[in-house]
Amino acid sequence: MSKHFLSVEGLKREFPAKDGPTVVFDNVNFGIEKGEFVCIIGHSGCGKSTILNVLAGLDQPTDGCVIMDGKEVSGPSLDRGVVFQNYSLLPWLTALQNVSFGVGARWPSWNKERVREHSARFLDMVGLGKAQDKKPAALSGGMRQRVSIARAFATSPKLLLLDEPFGALDALTRGVIQDELIKIWDETHQTVFMITHDVDEATLLSDRILLMTNGPNAKVAESVAINIERPRNRANIIEHPAYYKIRNHLVNFLVNRSGELRDASGEQGRYPVSVDPSADHESEAEPTGREEPAPVLKRQLT
Amino acid sequence: MLPLQVRSALLSLVILVLALGVWEALNQPPEASEGLSEFELLMGGADQEARVPPPSDVLSHAWAELSNPFYDAGPNDKGIGIQLAYSLYRVLTGFFAAALVAIPLGFLVGMSPLMYRALNPFIQVLRPISPLAWMPLALFVIKDSEQSAIFVIFICSIWPMLINTAFGVAGVRRDWVRVAQTHELGALKTAYKVILPAAAPTIVTGMRISIGIAWLVIVAAEMLVGGTGIGYYVWNEWNNLDLNSVIFSILMIGIVGMVLDLILGRVERLVQYQE
Repeated sequence: MSKHFLSVEGLKREFPAKDGPTVVFDNVNFGIEKGEFVCIIGHSGCGKSTILNVLAGLDQPTDGCVIMDGKEVSGPSLDRGVVFQNYSLLPWLTALQNVSFGVGARWPSWNKERVREHSARFLDMVGLGKAQDKKPAALSGGMRQRVSIARAFATSPKLLLLDEPFGALDALTRGVIQDELIKIWDETHQTVFMITHDVDEATLLSDRILLMTNGPNAKVAESVAINIERPRNRANIIEHPAYYKIRNHLVNFLVNRSGELRDASGEQGRYPVSVDPSADHESEAEPTGREEPAPVLKRQLT
Repeated sequence: MLPLQVRSALLSLVILVLALGVWEALNQPPEASEGLSEFELLMGGADQEARVPPPSDVLSHAWAELSNPFYDAGPNDKGIGIQLAYSLYRVLTGFFAAALVAIPLGFLVGMSPLMYRALNPFIQVLRPISPLAWMPLALFVIKDSEQSAIFVIFICSIWPMLINTAFGVAGVRRDWVRVAQTHELGALKTAYKVILPAAAPTIVTGMRISIGIAWLVIVAAEMLVGGTGIGYYVWNEWNNLDLNSVIFSILMIGIVGMVLDLILGRVERLVQYQE
């Protein structure tokens, strides 16, 4: 089959509806390498979250399969950690207990002290060492999401799935947590698959961005390489010569081509087209309208 | 201006004093219209007219009873402590037996739509039956009045706990169940580590309703089965025409019921969480 660490093969998901089943996405193929940070962007309703749920093992595909590390994904597993948009912390446990909940489940043979130490270390990493005994209700949205991220990283899953983790946060908090996420990722080199609506966020965080066409019948059309060297941070990434090329390419796709490509479906091959907007030579997959930059003011698509 | 707590306490006190005062004033022994005959003096006064005893009498009687609550002078004369202990024993036995059945069953009904649909008709028919209606059947089948009383408590405690547990379990947020799934928790561990704490406030509310109902029902049940217990005591003192004791025991029933509710209210606060 494939030599990717994670490979998604011919994934299809239908939902029953009155007039025949609705195909959310079809023929979705992509691979993720070990240690890679991959974001997926697409308009609402293209089935990003469904793909993530299938990867997590929480949802079953109608057709196709997901293979991770040589094994087919058939149900939820500790090998794949999930951070949900709404944090999903257990409100009767403190921040530390929430992280320990994951750590204890991951390593049942560890004694209490070891679980505690390990959990506390990851809470420190997201800057919540002082708030470890607080219940989620006493934490702000940003802090709750940090606890959730700490819980996911602390179990060192083979693949970490982030479902729009910053979607419910205000822009300032989001920036701070993005920086923290980069910091942890630099330390752990965790393999990450993340859903986002935010082009800048995706560019800042990922090695590669998968672009989805509009649903129904969505597919993964392009795989955009982000050739910006690490470590990155929010302040200097915009100075990078490749940044606006990448950004324009992404925005152009979302504004213009995500709809067109869906209507022209079937013409493309099985795998998404690889694109590197930072490369100066004219690649074949490069969008035609390169002289007219995409609207830069539209910062976030929802 | 005094703080609200102090003001409300003062007002309570005023209401109490007023109520007791009116009660006291309305229930004085009638003035004797003529001097007592020698016979009346010998027999202890002219108090022949039946009337509700004034609070002063009740209170002094209560004081006497409470200063020696556990005396046992035969089947017709036991201390209030002993009677209450019998009632509490029955209520708690029936209540915990009901919890043992209702909470696991509630989990089953709450977690499985199949079981919910299958059991719901039975629950709906059995629930509105007055617990005392089971008494004759219980007496016939169990052939023991003591255990029949416990059974009646059991049957009346079971419904609020069962329904609340099922409701609480069915209402556990999907996200939390997903957290359990992604952490590879088995069915039992999920029930114990996620669903139980998530549904605990609703379950304890059900327990609180149950123990309130059980305490209401035990009085009636003991009036029927007799022998011991606070319900029997009230009825027995009515037969003795000792209204002091009747009023005193009514008061005690209220106080014990309040304490039971306070305890479960405390437990409720312990398991409560804020989302």
